[in-house]
Amino acid sequence: MKYYDKLIFELSRKGRKGWSLPENTWENTPEELPDTLKRCQDPRLPEVSEPDVVRHYVNLSNMNFGVDTGFYPLGSCTMKYNPKINEETSSHPGFTSLHPLQPASTVQGALRIYRELSGFLCSLTGMSAFTLNPFAGAHGELTGLMVMRQYHISRGDTRRTKVIVPDSAHGTNPASAAVCGLEVVEVKSTSQGVIDIEDLKPLLDDTVAGIMMTNPNTLGLFETEIHGIASAVHAAGGLLYYDGANMNALLGKVRPGDMGFDIMHLNLHKTFSTPHGGGGPGAGPVGVTAELAHLLPAPAVTAAPDGCCEVTGSPDSLGRISGFMGNFGVLVRAYTYILMLGKENIRKVGPYSVLAANYVKESLKDVYRLPVQSLCKHEFVFDGLADSGTGVTTLDIAKRLLDYGFHAPTIYFPLLFHQSIMIEPTETESKETLDAFIDAMRKIAAEAESDPELLKSAPHSTPVRRPDETLAATHPVLGYRFGEGTE
Amino acid sequence: MGFAYFPHTDEDIAAMLGRSGLSSMDSLFSDVPEDVLFKGGFNIPDAMSELEVRRKFEELASANVRLKVFAGGGAYDHYSPAVAKEVVSRPEYLTSYTPYQAEVSQGTLRYIFEFQTMMSELTGLGCSNASMYDGPVSAAEALLMTVACTRKKSRVLVSATLLPQVLDVVRTYMKFHGVGLTVIPESDGTTDAAAMEKELASGDVAGVLVPGINRYGIIEDLDGFADSVHSVKALLAVYSDPSALAVIKSPGEWGADIACGDAQTLGIPLNFGGPYLGFLCCRKEYVRKLPGRIAGETVDADGRRCYVLTLQAREQHIRREKATSNICSNQSLMALYATVYLSLMGPEGLRQVNRLSYGGAHYLHDRLLETGLFSEFCSKPFLKEFVLRSSIPPEKLHTALAEHGYFAGLPCGADTVSFCVTENRTREEADGLVSVIKKLV
Repeated sequence: MKYYDKLIFELSRKGRKGWSLPENTWENTPEELPDTLKRCQDPRLPEVSEPDVVRHYVNLSNMNFGVDTGFYPLGSCTMKYNPKINEETSSHPGFTSLHPLQPASTVQGALRIYRELSGFLCSLTGMSAFTLNPFAGAHGELTGLMVMRQYHISRGDTRRTKVIVPDSAHGTNPASAAVCGLEVVEVKSTSQGVIDIEDLKPLLDDTVAGIMMTNPNTLGLFETEIHGIASAVHAAGGLLYYDGANMNALLGKVRPGDMGFDIMHLNLHKTFSTPHGGGGPGAGPVGVTAELAHLLPAPAVTAAPDGCCEVTGSPDSLGRISGFMGNFGVLVRAYTYILMLGKENIRKVGPYSVLAANYVKESLKDVYRLPVQSLCKHEFVFDGLADSGTGVTTLDIAKRLLDYGFHAPTIYFPLLFHQSIMIEPTETESKETLDAFIDAMRKIAAEAESDPELLKSAPHSTPVRRPDETLAATHPVLGYRFGEGTE
Repeated sequence: MGFAYFPHTDEDIAAMLGRSGLSSMDSLFSDVPEDVLFKGGFNIPDAMSELEVRRKFEELASANVRLKVFAGGGAYDHYSPAVAKEVVSRPEYLTSYTPYQAEVSQGTLRYIFEFQTMMSELTGLGCSNASMYDGPVSAAEALLMTVACTRKKSRVLVSATLLPQVLDVVRTYMKFHGVGLTVIPESDGTTDAAAMEKELASGDVAGVLVPGINRYGIIEDLDGFADSVHSVKALLAVYSDPSALAVIKSPGEWGADIACGDAQTLGIPLNFGGPYLGFLCCRKEYVRKLPGRIAGETVDADGRRCYVLTLQAREQHIRREKATSNICSNQSLMALYATVYLSLMGPEGLRQVNRLSYGGAHYLHDRLLETGLFSEFCSKPFLKEFVLRSSIPPEKLHTALAEHGYFAGLPCGADTVSFCVTENRTREEADGLVSVIKKLV
């Protein structure tokens, strides 16, 4: 990676152009609009030639780390390989040129992808119906919670305004609950990192709409009491929501529907290999039991009597949560992934991801502190170095890993430990890659003893080193300062 | 036999199980209750090769019909530069995550910073976030933001002239969040300012959302709106088309506090509805209530200029249920697309897009009126999209045109249809559409 210091605005020179459009031969021009409606001051967009634009964004890309660059063991993010055939199918002009409001008869191919993908996801999760409209995991959570509330409201049970969320949950869980107008009640994890049903029971009353759970949880541990939890929540009149962020551990092996969950979302950008794109676009389809299917958001794709697909919406639907029908291009990628794997290979995804995580965990637990000694699923959490006396923190370890050519794991999450390092290797990494990572982690542990300053000042080989985040927050500069220079 | 995405040999598996102290692959799930383990068969096809997948997609694509797009309704067929697609395909961007590790994410952070700058310039507002999911969701988030900024107040006003899907999404979000919503009626194709004044006077209003260009394609005259809204200490949000902002008055120039909308118009392909690009901009004083990612400039340990995600105390991973929004993943790669697009186009290229769209739309508008089959719906100024009263029933017209290869005459009311022309359409295509319509009757 090479440091490159330009912003596109700094390449701009008046009179340069990077665009290519036909001559204007029309009679009417926007200059004839009334002055009151016209813009007074031109936007200061850059004026740059096409080769300059290309080189600028290629230079910028060289300062980025991606799954295609190297190992990316970011816990809870499932940074697995993003197959290239997915990019090819999702950019097929027979799909990219379709307008979302075209008559159904002219988009049967696209609608078939919705129907078939929904069916595949139902089969893989044990749910009865899916909406593919949510744009991301958090959007799926919000949609799923809307289903939960709508269910209670439709039964006249308007008092259920609380949702139980474990303290180990992803931050989006409580945030989605708040956007949905629900009050969050936290349930504590045990020292073994899981939910104790006895801690849960006192919280269950007739004001509880349901519980949000991730299984395996954010420590990578399977919630073994899931049957008891499901029975207790259902007995109290609540519903179970499954946060699919960690579904990769279970894909092909365990289905949320079989564990008693009523509502769930999937992150197609995690479990189903669609690229993360630097933070989206993703997709967060929501699956529900048959009893809740009529509440899913509109529009939906259904089968017409003649076997064709049509776009409809249930009269009981909770409403619309997206302009059209989700991030179609992302759905095509996930659909392609499932076709490529097929029904037998997909059974291996969860097991291989779990194998990789246990292998890395067992190979490092003598030098890093493993707070919960047990089998893990697709990810696990260390609480810093085994030797806590070196003064080396999780941040230092993460930064030093960058020097060794690896992306850092997720750090300081979950919040249950002070020095959390959350590692998720995924099923697409070879043993050689995992061994190289293990080797680097062991070297770092040794460096913490021999030369802690090396770690405190890491990284040493990246384009920039330890940006001043405090300065960024106390003196926010959120856009280019035209004419003021950049210093 | 193995599979292309799984690197594991039998020896690897044996060695990895051995290190983990496990005897078999099944033992990896010994913590899962036996009755939860799935033993059935999945209702999905057998594995396909790439060749077979390609054939399957050719077959699926042949069940679609590519139409000449002469309508919008919230998704617009603008020109996509070759460079934009090329740049967003680079794996360093495509396969990266949210830029949490700034040292190895300067590419992403810099384009977010550039995107924020460009959106601020177009909207005339000081701050932009790194993107939202789509236009309608950005509108819902804009209204939730007005509630957060004004505290205690619990009602919002939205114009009836917003796109129907924007109104629908906003309704859903407000219903569940517990915010009252009142629709301001329309008057002669635009937001009824007098009706808005009346609603503002009745109290408890946190924010008002109106379109810059409305569902009929009409450019709304928002003169005086900001003053009225501010007089009751509420915030004004304008739903905007950033492409059009090269020529029409910006939300900032109207005195608005927030701009939201869909930046799909910045060359992003139609993609059957997504991925698109929601955006959200605001005046500087409200930045701490702005949802989503924000990149900021700073210096590194060696004093070099660099970029980080900043003001994260607003966000869900820090504030959990007290966050300004639940948004985590956004539409980052599409923000890169728009940034590259705007870099290429510059102010003059974007003006040319508007000239070509405006000229084509007014040409088609006049030719359609000349057929005698349509009459004017409203005489107010429009840019690229317009609505006419149709003597042919809207559904019938729309379906018939699709059969002739056109996406046009989108039903917009009982007797009204909408059309849209962008720079992608030619005079010959417009003439072709008109002659097809003449033959329909």
